[in-house]
Amino acid sequence: MSSDPAHPAPLAFDIDVSRRLGDASIRLTLRADPGLTALFGPSGAGKTSILNMVAGLLRPDEGHIRVAGETLFDAARRADLRPERRRAGYVFQDGRLFPHCRVRANLLYGVQRVAQGDRWMTLDEAVAFLGIGALLDRLPHTLSGGEAQRVAIGRALLSSPRFLLMDEPLASLDAARREEIMTVIERIRDELKLPILYVSHDRAEVERLATTIVPL
Amino acid sequence: MALLSPEEWEIITLSLKVGGVAVAGTMPVAFLFAWLLARVRFPGKLLLDGIVHLPLVLPPVVTGWLLLLAFGNNGPAGRFFAETFELTFMFRWTGAALAAAIMALPLMVRAIRLSLEAVDRRLEGAARTLGAGPVRTFLTITLPLSLPGVLAGAVLGFARSIGEFGATITFVSNIPGETRTLPLAIYSALQMPGGEQTVTRLAFIAALLSLAALMISEILARRAGSGRGGHVL
Repeated sequence: MSSDPAHPAPLAFDIDVSRRLGDASIRLTLRADPGLTALFGPSGAGKTSILNMVAGLLRPDEGHIRVAGETLFDAARRADLRPERRRAGYVFQDGRLFPHCRVRANLLYGVQRVAQGDRWMTLDEAVAFLGIGALLDRLPHTLSGGEAQRVAIGRALLSSPRFLLMDEPLASLDAARREEIMTVIERIRDELKLPILYVSHDRAEVERLATTIVPL
Repeated sequence: MALLSPEEWEIITLSLKVGGVAVAGTMPVAFLFAWLLARVRFPGKLLLDGIVHLPLVLPPVVTGWLLLLAFGNNGPAGRFFAETFELTFMFRWTGAALAAAIMALPLMVRAIRLSLEAVDRRLEGAARTLGAGPVRTFLTITLPLSLPGVLAGAVLGFARSIGEFGATITFVSNIPGETRTLPLAIYSALQMPGGEQTVTRLAFIAALLSLAALMISEILARRAGSGRGGHVL
C-alpha cells in the first residue's frame, strides 16, 4: 500500500448494504481503515447477516461491498462476486469444521484454491502459529471448543484470505481459552496485518481488540 | 458345490444380478430426484413427489401392467430402447431388473432425501468461502455427508429388488434362468407337489441374503461415519 497522499491507501472495508429478512430490515454503512473493525451490538441485530453478505453467502438487496479497494458486490453495477472468488477467511461462531475430515484435511481444504505465489502461509507455519501440531490426525468431534476454534482460524488463514470475517469466535470458550484465542487474534491483527471484520456482543472483548468500533 | 443345486445357484446369481443392476441403475436417478425434492423449489414439486412414490402405494400388479404397456415390444418406451440401444425388456432379465428398479426407486429416494436434508448447509457455505465452487463443494462435503443415506437407499433398494414379485411376474413372467428370481422360484415351488423342501431351502437363502446385505451396509456406514455413530437404518 502506498502512503502517497495523492493516492491514499484504499479503505479496508467500504460497506453500504441493506437487506430485508422476514420482518426485520438490516442496514449498515461502514468505512473502516485497516485493523480490526468490530461490529458491536446485541444478539439479533443482524451482525452475522452482515458477515454473510461480505462473504457472499447472503445477497444484499441494495448497496455495495468493497474490501481493500476491490468490489465484491455492487447492486448498481450488477457486480456480485461468488463466495469462492472473494478470498474471505470466515471464522464461524460454531467453527463449522467438516465433521468427516480430520484436522489436517480441514486445515488444507482452502489451500488449493490459491496459486502458489499468492500463498502466504504454509501448513507448518499455521500449525506453529496456532499450536495445533498435536491435533492434526484428530476428527473435529474429538476437539475441545478452544481447539476447534484454533483449527477453524487456521483453516481460514491457510486459504490465504485477503481479509478475515470473525463471528463471535470467543463465544463458546471458557476464560482461559478466550485469553488464548484473543492473543492469536491480536497477532493476526498486528503481525499478519489482515483487515478483520469482527462481530461480538461483549464490550470488554471489543474494547481490547478493536481499532474501530461500529455499534449496531 | 454340494451345498446348493445348480438350479439354486442359477436362481441366486440371477437374483443378485437383477438386484445389483436395478440398484446401480436406479441410484443416479434416485439421487437426482432426492436432490430436487430436498433442495430445489419448482412448480409441480408435489406432483413429482407423488409420481416418485407411486410404486410404493400402487398394487405391484398394476405397476407391472403399466410397465408392460410402456416397455412392452409395442410400447413407446420399449420401441425407443429397442431401436436406440437394442435393449429389450419383455420376458428378459433386463425387464425383471427394470421392474425391481421402479419398485426400489421410492425407497431409495426417501432414504437419500432424508440424508440430504440432514446435511448442514452451513458447512457447504463454509466450503464456498474457502474457495470451493459448487461442484467441489458437492463432491467433498454434500456427497460424503449424505453417504449413510445413499448406502441405506442402496440396501433398501436391493432388498426390495430381490424381494420383488408382483410387478416382475406381470411384466416379464416366470421363466427359469431368465426372470425366475428367488420369490418367483419360491412361488413356483409352492405350486409343485412335494416342493416343500425346495421352498424351505430357498426361503432360508432369501433370509440369509437380506441379512448379509444389511450387515455389509452397516459395516460400510460405520467406515463412512468414522466413529461418528452413523447407522444405515
